Formats: sequence, C-alpha cells, structure tokens
Amino acid sequence: MAEQKTVAATGNTVVAEAMRQCKPDVVAAYPITPQTTIVEEYAGFVAKGRVHTEYVTVESEHSAMSACIGASAAGARVMTATASQGLALMWEELHIASGMRLPIVMANANRALSAPINIHCDHGDAMGARDAGWIMYFAESAQEAYDNTIMALKVAEDPSVLLPAMSCLDGFITTHSIDRVDVLDDESVAGFVGEYEPANALLDTDDPVSHGAFAGLGGPFFEFKRAQREAMEAARPVITSVGEAYSQLSGRPFDVIETFGMEDAEVAAVVIGSASGNARHIARQLRAQGVKAGVVKVRVFRPFPYAELAEALRGVKAVAVLDRAESFGAEGGPLFLEVRSALYDASDRIPVVSYIYGLGGSDVRLELMERMFADLSDIAAGSAQPGKLVYLGAR
Amino acid sequence: MAKWDIETIGEWDWRQFPLGAVIPESGNSRDYVTGGWRSERPVRDKETCTQCLLCWISCPDSAIYVEDEQLPDESFNLAHCKGCGICANVCPVEAITMVPEGCDLPEVK
Amino acid sequence: MQQLTEIRWHARAGQGAVTAAKLVAETALELDQYIQAMPEYGPERMGAPIQAFTRISPQPIEIHCNIENPNVVVVLDESLLATVDVARGVTEDGVVIVNTCKTPGQIRTELGLDSGKVACIDASGIALDTLKRDIPNTPMIGALAKATGLFDLRPVIDHLQKTFGKKFTQDVIDANVACVTRAYEEVAIDG
Repeated sequence: MAEQKTVAATGNTVVAEAMRQCKPDVVAAYPITPQTTIVEEYAGFVAKGRVHTEYVTVESEHSAMSACIGASAAGARVMTATASQGLALMWEELHIASGMRLPIVMANANRALSAPINIHCDHGDAMGARDAGWIMYFAESAQEAYDNTIMALKVAEDPSVLLPAMSCLDGFITTHSIDRVDVLDDESVAGFVGEYEPANALLDTDDPVSHGAFAGLGGPFFEFKRAQREAMEAARPVITSVGEAYSQLSGRPFDVIETFGMEDAEVAAVVIGSASGNARHIARQLRAQGVKAGVVKVRVFRPFPYAELAEALRGVKAVAVLDRAESFGAEGGPLFLEVRSALYDASDRIPVVSYIYGLGGSDVRLELMERMFADLSDIAAGSAQPGKLVYLGAR
Repeated sequence: MAKWDIETIGEWDWRQFPLGAVIPESGNSRDYVTGGWRSERPVRDKETCTQCLLCWISCPDSAIYVEDEQLPDESFNLAHCKGCGICANVCPVEAITMVPEGCDLPEVK
Repeated sequence: MQQLTEIRWHARAGQGAVTAAKLVAETALELDQYIQAMPEYGPERMGAPIQAFTRISPQPIEIHCNIENPNVVVVLDESLLATVDVARGVTEDGVVIVNTCKTPGQIRTELGLDSGKVACIDASGIALDTLKRDIPNTPMIGALAKATGLFDLRPVIDHLQKTFGKKFTQDVIDANVACVTRAYEEVAIDG
C-alpha cells in the first residue's frame, strides 16, 4: 500500500489534486458553478509550476471540449471539468470525443439543468449525456471522487478501451463540503496511471494520419458504432482489474456496485451518489429493528452493471430505485429504466418502484429514506401494491 | 507497397476498420476515383492556350497536370476531374470548352 | 467523544460562520475524527441569514444532508433570534451557544428552551477588543470548545496557528488566539 496523507478537503480540491497527479498534457476548461474551484485550483497548480500542463482558457464549454478533442487527437493526455449547462453545451462534442475514441477524462460536478435556474445538485446533467458513449463513474464522497478520477484515466487510456470517461460528483454536497480524504503520494499515482501512448497521434509526423473522416451513406458509420459498443463492453473487465489494482494501492475497496445488507435483504434501494449513505444509514437502523433492508449503490453507470445488479437483487421482495434525475414521459427515472431492464431476465418478478428525489438540490432528509423503506415493507408484505412513480419529498 | 490496403474494404466488418475512423495513411485521396461524377469533360485548344496556368491554379480537384511549368498535351487528369467547368470559366482566352460525355468513361474504369 | 456530533451554525453572510464550521472540522480531524463541514449554499448576499453545518464522528460519516436535529447550535448574531428559529430541532441534551451580552437565563426564556444547555458569550465585544473588527467567528469556537467539551483549548489554538499562519500576519494570528482564549474563559453556561 502506498503512503497516504489524510486531509480535510472539499471534493473539488481533491479532484483538482487527482488531475495534477495524473499529469495531463492539456487541460481546456471553462468555469461553471459548482465545478469552478476544480479549474481554479488547477490553474493555480499550472501558475505555480506544480504541473506542466498546457492550460487552455476558452470562451465556452463548447470550445473547451473542442480544444480537448483537438489536443487528444494530437496525442496529448487531456483532462477537463464541467457541470450542468456546461455539460449540455458540450453535447455534440461529447459524441465526437467518444466516436473518435479519444480517452479524455472529465470531472462533472452534478448540477440541475435550467429552467428554472438552479445551481444545486441533481444528476439531470450527467444522465442527459448517458448515451454519449462515455464511461461514467459516480462518487458518493470526496474520497470516491478522488479515487474515481484516477481510475477513470487508467481505464479510458487502456488500449482495449480508448473511450472518454466522466468522473461525476454531486454539486455542493460533494464538491464544496469539507470531508476527510486520504490522498496518495504523487509518485504512486504517476506510477499507477503510467505514461500515455496515443494510438494515432496527429503530431506524429513520421506516421501521418487523418482524423475526422466522413463515413456517410454506404460508408462504415454503422460498423464504427458497433466497434464503440464493443469497446464499452471491453471496458467492463478493465474497470474491474483497474479497480482491483487501485484497491491494492489505496487499501480502499472498489466495485462497480457496492452492496449493504444484500445477503438477506427483502427490501432494497438502488441509488447513485451522495444520497447512498443516507439510504444505508436508514437501512442499518431498520436492520437493528429486524427489517431486512439493503442498499445497492451504483458506482459505475456506463457501462451499466446489469448482471451485477440482477445478482445483488436476487430474492428481494420489493425494490426502490432512487433517481436524482427525470426522464419525462418515461416510466421512471434513468436508473429505474436500467434496473428494471436488468431484472427482466430474473426468474422472480420483483416489484420495482421509481422514486424521483433531490432534484435541484432538494435536501435528502433521512425521514424521506424512512418513508421509502416503509413503502417497500408494505409492498413486500403484500399489504400494498407497487404504485406508480413517486416524487419523494416534493410538496 | 501500400501501407493501408483497402482493396477489400467493402467486405470489412467492424473489427477491421481503423480505430475512431482514423485514416492511417496520408495522400490516399488519389485512390478515390471521382471521374465518374462528370457529365461534361474539358477540352483544351492548344493553339489558343497561352499557358497562363489560371486553370491549373483554379482547379478544385488538382486534376490539371503541369510539367516544366507548361500544360502537357494530355493536360487533364480525367480519373479525378468532376467536370465542374471552373477551368473553362476562368480561361481568359476561352481555350477550354466543356464537351458532353458519352456513355463511356474509359479513364474511370 | 460521543458517536456523532452535529453542529448547526446560524449567522449573517460575512460573519465567518463558514470558516468557523471548517475550522472546527479541521481541528477534529487533527484529533483523528471523521468530519464534514458545509455551508447551505446560495447566492452570496452580505448580511443575509445563512446556515452552515459541521459533523464530527469517531466513525466514518455516511449521511449527506442538512442537520435537522443538532446537538449543538451556534448563533453568531443575536439579532437572528428574532427572525430565525435557531433552536429548531435541537436535541434534548443539546447546547445552544449565542453571541450576546445577555445571560443564559434570558436567552433560555427568549428561545423557550426548557432542556439542554444554554451558553452566552460576548463574542462581538471580544472581537472588537482584540481584532478591532466585529468578526465573531473565532471567539465562538473558543466558547464552543468550553460549552460542549468537544475538545480542549490547546488543539483549537494549535490548529488556528497552523492554518492562519499560511495567510495572516503574526498580529492577526495573536489576536485570534486571544479571541479564542478569552471566549473559552468567559463563556457563561447554564444547564
């Protein structure tokens, strides 16, 4: 295990630290609340010479991701960060980065999308980009945000993957709260992520290549998309093996899903991000009272761990899926759709209820988690039917 | 030897295409024959031509040959000329005329 | 130290409550505790009522939400008592610490508290004496240390010197140490 330093720091501070330790050649970014302090601190590292990065200040997130794509195609290791409207403004470039198979790593400080304008946490921004071909990690805590960012880079740059990756952390709740975090030493991180060997560097003049070619009607566009799907599938074992290697280095366990009480759970909640601990806290209290409650936290959303989820939820009598994002007109939130689909092949037909919670930073009070588990217990006991989507805690 | 053999590209599956739609070789647009897009071909009257080379400068497909700063007798690369007529249009002495193509385009085959 | 201590800070934006929430958390970290410190973020408006939160625990802290049932309430501005229900949800054995010249008995009556502890300290007076500015945050930390018994004066001063040493002149550091020490000694506690 590597030397570690215990610090009191915000999620954004340790994400900036993780980026510095990964030594990217280029960072092109535009500040946006609640991501701002990541790029602010990173710019400070560059100004003080603590990292040798070409830091590109741009006029928008559209330009930020465009510059990242250009730099990555040129053969550079590239990282950036954004949030909310910024991620939305990057939308077209997100698809270009993944289609060109450029392993850009981006932190996203999860924040609600307007309107009405709001600067606080929900997952609507990241979930809006869930089909953009990016690997997606979600952090419960500042510690996980730090760890995920380092692992994401190693996975993205793996020659069998070569896809961009997002390291998501909850706006304000994780980005701005001071938390206890163990930080690795610079050498350990540098050794872990290694040197980046670009596959097709534009700046390699001995071996000139063209990027950004046309593959239209009758061309191989369809085949390129197939290759992208296969790369996302290939990322699964890489995410696991990188996670194992990182666990050895850091002493912190990693899995694409993290379970609590699932060995005998009758009622279970599936959740992403900072609210996971709230659900676990109540599940722990309920277990002390004899209720077999469990929690499954999803740490990697893309590629989606459907097999792991189906296995974890086997034998459960009622499941709540907690979404901090909407999918208007769908039967439930984005995570709900994935979870219920993952359960389709299960032999038992498990009732699954969609809960939308915490939009726009609405506080995830413990009492809401109690209410959700109480609903599940009624369904499991047969005294209530699983209902339609629940807006948990909305007036 | 060609670095990137695309002779059988029409039969490739997803595994065979290069990563991220990269073209791993430079200058291979000459392999892409566009002469078949042409419905009219340029014909140059050598007597009228003053060898000013405006046609050569203006051709968007670099389909006009120049040797020793002169247009040779066979001055058009008909495998790539798309018949756009820019050369005829810019010629200051009207030495180039666009002539309708027949059914046969032997240089494209 | 008990299982989990939850501290809710009430102040007006600009009084240093967010810094205080952070300083307390950092001091606890140096005593090998798990910590959380966060403001309730909103638009920056000097003078507007704000809340901040600190959690301290010997075990990892897994919950991420506002503090509804604080063990400790710290009020940096007495005038908030008229407009904000600062004692909302405070636990039976909770401690309410107010920056005021009034006595704990008077504050207890004003807040209608019949259990727990009430502590009063003229933090603004101490700050004006020593810092020459009404920044009552560091004196409130001294009062908090004494009234809650969360930690002794020593680690508070050690941490203050360490963290302020990077940013401030020795005069400012000395004044802040004096603030903390005086408040620790002068806080009046009832209950």
